Amino acid sequence: MSGQTTTRDWRGVAAEDREEVPEQASLVLRTRSRRLLADLLRPYRSRIILLIAIIVLSNAASLSIPFLVKVGIDTGIPPMQAGEGSGTLLVTVAAILAAAIIQAVTRQAFLGMAGRIGQGIILELRRRVFRHFQRLSLSFHEDYTSGRVVSRLTSDIDAISEMLQSGFDSLVTAVLTLTGTAVLLLVLDVHLGLVALLPLPVLLLFTRWFRRQSSIAYRRTRETVALMIVHFVESMTGVRAVQAFRAEPRNQEIFSRLNADYRDANLRSMRLVAIFMPGVKLIGNVTIAAVLFYGGWLAIGGEVTVGVLAAFLLYLRQFYEPMQEISQFYNTFQSAGAALEKLSGVLEERPAVAEPRDPVPLERPRGRLRFEEVEFSYLDGTPVLPRMDLTIPAGQVVALVGATGAGKTTLAKLVARFYDPVAGRVLLDGVDLRDLAEDTLRQAVVLVTQENFLFTGSVADNIRFGRPGATMDEVAEAAGAVGAHGFVSALPEGYDTQVGKQGGRLSAGQRQLVAFARAFLADPAVLILDEATSSLDVPGERLVQRAMRTILAGRTALIIAHRLSTVEVADRVLVMEGGRVVEDGPPEQLIARAGRFAGLHRAWLDSISDHGPGGVPDEVPGDRGTRG
Amino acid sequence: MRSLWRMKSYLRPFATRMTVIWVTSFAGIGIAIAIPLVSGAIVDGPVARGDTGALLPLALLALALGVVEALLVLIRRWLLADAVLGVETAIRDDLYRHLQRLPMSFHGAWQSGQLLSRVTTDLSVIRRFLGFGMLFLVLITVQITVVTVLLFQLYWPLGLLVTASAVPIVITSLRFERGYIAISRQVQDEQGDLATVVEESAGGIRTIKAFGRGGHVFGAFDDGARKVYRSSMEKVGLSARFFTFLEVVPNITLAIVLLLGALAVGSQSLSLGDLVAFTTLMLQLVWPISSLGYILAMGQEAMTAADRVAEVLGTEPDIVGGPGTVERPRGHLRFEGVEFRFPGAAEPVLRDVWLEVRPGETVAVVGATGSGKTTLTSLVPRLHDVTAGRVTIDGHDVRELSLPVLRSMVATAFEEPTLFSMSVRENLTLGRPEATDEEIEAAIEVAQAGFVHRLPWGLQTRIGEQGMSLSGGQRQRLALARAVLSRPNVLVLDDTLSALDVETEALVEEALRHVLREATGIVVAHRASTVLLADRVALLLDGTIAHVGRHHELMATVPEYRALLSADLDDGPGGPHGGFGGDLGGDLGGDLDDGLDDLDSEGVLR
Repeated sequence: MSGQTTTRDWRGVAAEDREEVPEQASLVLRTRSRRLLADLLRPYRSRIILLIAIIVLSNAASLSIPFLVKVGIDTGIPPMQAGEGSGTLLVTVAAILAAAIIQAVTRQAFLGMAGRIGQGIILELRRRVFRHFQRLSLSFHEDYTSGRVVSRLTSDIDAISEMLQSGFDSLVTAVLTLTGTAVLLLVLDVHLGLVALLPLPVLLLFTRWFRRQSSIAYRRTRETVALMIVHFVESMTGVRAVQAFRAEPRNQEIFSRLNADYRDANLRSMRLVAIFMPGVKLIGNVTIAAVLFYGGWLAIGGEVTVGVLAAFLLYLRQFYEPMQEISQFYNTFQSAGAALEKLSGVLEERPAVAEPRDPVPLERPRGRLRFEEVEFSYLDGTPVLPRMDLTIPAGQVVALVGATGAGKTTLAKLVARFYDPVAGRVLLDGVDLRDLAEDTLRQAVVLVTQENFLFTGSVADNIRFGRPGATMDEVAEAAGAVGAHGFVSALPEGYDTQVGKQGGRLSAGQRQLVAFARAFLADPAVLILDEATSSLDVPGERLVQRAMRTILAGRTALIIAHRLSTVEVADRVLVMEGGRVVEDGPPEQLIARAGRFAGLHRAWLDSISDHGPGGVPDEVPGDRGTRG
Repeated sequence: MRSLWRMKSYLRPFATRMTVIWVTSFAGIGIAIAIPLVSGAIVDGPVARGDTGALLPLALLALALGVVEALLVLIRRWLLADAVLGVETAIRDDLYRHLQRLPMSFHGAWQSGQLLSRVTTDLSVIRRFLGFGMLFLVLITVQITVVTVLLFQLYWPLGLLVTASAVPIVITSLRFERGYIAISRQVQDEQGDLATVVEESAGGIRTIKAFGRGGHVFGAFDDGARKVYRSSMEKVGLSARFFTFLEVVPNITLAIVLLLGALAVGSQSLSLGDLVAFTTLMLQLVWPISSLGYILAMGQEAMTAADRVAEVLGTEPDIVGGPGTVERPRGHLRFEGVEFRFPGAAEPVLRDVWLEVRPGETVAVVGATGSGKTTLTSLVPRLHDVTAGRVTIDGHDVRELSLPVLRSMVATAFEEPTLFSMSVRENLTLGRPEATDEEIEAAIEVAQAGFVHRLPWGLQTRIGEQGMSLSGGQRQRLALARAVLSRPNVLVLDDTLSALDVETEALVEEALRHVLREATGIVVAHRASTVLLADRVALLLDGTIAHVGRHHELMATVPEYRALLSADLDDGPGGPHGGFGGDLGGDLGGDLDDGLDDLDSEGVLR
């Protein structure tokens, strides 16, 4: 397989489920993560340079202290013993104090600055990933699942934040200490220094082995934690059904298994650290023993002073101590690396429903819809709409009728541009939807489904979701228009009543009314109601029906409803079957024609009458007339 | 602290391993201290005396100690990984088990993001502390003590000085602790809130997209993220000051030690080798003391995390099963003076509800939107508990029955069906995993859910969020099939048919009639067609059952009932369809009516 295909295969979130990815792909993923990191760091470029200067100073101060101790012992004490005064010693002690103060000041500056940069990066990353998730199309979300979105934005961000908080500091310190110490060792004594640094290549090889192994292990922990979160979120959201159907033991079993998988993944990575850390320690200790022997030998021969030997031993400790620290935080690095890889994958995903490059402005949308040779099929290739040509003039109210799977919802979703057609185009006021900016389109077209998601907050907040700037009066007016004002005012705190988790404090019908008010407040040119009234009881639906004239005035509307009460307000009915329009016309005409719609209509009248079928008056057209 | 202490019981299964861990840790400290002593011995012995022969054994001793130290670390880390992950996994399992037991009132009140952040972030904070922080805290304390003792032995006046330098450290640590606990708790809570925004933005993505409110939702997220940012910055500032302080103190002490040590060497009261050993040992203190700050901070975060976890684990489920079972359940259901009030609410949702549903009988519950119909039905399987009065099945108070017994007797098809990410078959058999293929088929038949056979892998097709997405009507039919399949004594249909088209609804209703003949049924209904499934109708008005009777009786005599169920848009009794009162001869209505006449309609207890 050529490199190019590999690159393409591992684009976006494709690598998420894989524990081990081929070498080349792994390179792609690493480069991608690194690019994201570099991008996040860019705004802080000058501050990072300053930060490095500060930390160099801080480390120089910190490193100079053992050196000064050595100087003090070697050159400060002999004159004192010889009775030549304590001048040198005092200067040395003063220098140590100065170094301590410099270290304190720079350290404080470093921690504060590094913290600010780290938190800034986390904030930016959160914002960027969140916004990107919002931008990605529904088809992506349907595939990716909300649990994973949550996992990316919580546990992955946590992992990176963890690294920036504790790891970054120790990494920089460790690297500087390492190089600084190495240089000092060589300056102090070249021979002894070389002996002390001899194991360095071994250390590097060992670290490389560890890095490879643990990046596999950490990728696995990210994936297992995501699966655990997905199950957790799903079962907690559906806890009512879980309890009602006694699915607790079964869920516990699944959760325990996912939890155990996560543990095993963690175990693997922690065991790698358990090998790596003592390995580094071993290398360090062997080196110390060797330096002791060789240095002792040299000292006996008078080739190094006792002070140099003492300093060597001190520095060697300092050399390997940060190595310990690095491995201590290595897991933080690795899990942050794995998290960064996932996040960079998400950020690389392009919305399937893309924003146009040169959006066409739509000054005052009128709501004329046109389908031109539109074809649509879902990913698996089953055609849903074989080919559709349709024009809906501005202001027309169209009822879409047909059995489940006839393509009504797909039609609605194409108008709302949740999907793009496979062939042909959908036009709003003569403009291809693909040429409209997201905001323009959403202002013009609003889709209300039976899925009435309410957000944490008050009833007013939820209605205002349709138009965030709306005043309280406008909110109440919208609620009034759809007949929700009555029940809302009866709530303990009226419009300020908190709806609870996913609107749990409200009944299904009430949630639907709120969703309806929300759509009304949004005031779109095209309103699509997909089963938007199914949860309403008869009075609720009646209120909405009554309000329909007001609500739909001056708008184009597409209404999908199994209950044909909506037909009362429709100017036109489209009967769909197998993705095609099989009947099209004003309701009264269709009813008179005794086709499919007439049959459906009769069945519906039967169902709403409490008297069973039979004797339904064919007076619907007249009915409409009385309310015109 | 107490919450974290409670977590220690989770360490019990790992007692042996923990013992080995502690032993190896202490041995490790011993060796870490011994190595510089060997260095001192080399400087003072062979080097001072020019004795080449004594050099090798001492160097070999240092080597041996070094190898053993590394081995001890290996053993400790290996075992520690087992233990801490075992503890984390066990707490998480328990947390999940507990959350599943907690009643709906709890789940309604708690944001799911807050629960999630406890199960993930908080637990890993606790794990890190147990696995690394706690051990290091003890080790460092021991190391500091041992080194201090050694310093005393080497030269007590300087030892005293080093001890005195601990005083400002302790004072500052205590002050730091107080501030840090508060701020880290704040950060953790704010992260939980942020997780909630994330969850809702993911769950409500369709709604957000439909209104193009990505920007609006992003604003809410941004507010939360900035809050976390500000608190985190405060936390960073606090710890930066503290960490710095911890590094400065030992260094300043070192300078003083050198000064005084030199004087002591000058006055012959300390050997040069001892001063080298003293300063070497002291430098060993610098790192532990400065990491003390990090570890203390970690400990405090673990404590607040443990508090947050304990808040959940410490919430006792107020709905727990009794010991009772029902020998041969018949499903005789009675509501006796039932009241229900949401926690903290002034007005009860339901009050003084009396209703009897006999085995095999079906009662429709009708009431305005928000009148408490769903709440009423949720009292039977104890998703909520009555606040006064009682609900009985076959004469047993539902609170006396064990939950599995009760909930296997009652099955509910909810209006908003919840399907889980598993196969159709698993979803259907949720309440009765042992159901046979024939039974599954029959339930599918009743719910008109034959579409499942046309899914790509039939009954094995994975549905739910992580699988094929189904339409609202399809989901409702599966939820109905699930409820029917669990063969309950009491079947609750909570407006289960609302998303079905008229034809399907009629077919489902026809099939349901047979099912309901076998079970006690409660049907929450919005429409006349559904009401006709029931033998009697109970009208909920102002939180209580105001009328019970047959559908057409109530239609004729109760205006409120007529207002709720008459499809006539013009409200009044004389609407266009009003004239068909006598025309009950249709097949459905007729059958039913004949059946109804045999039944006692005086089911209401007063």
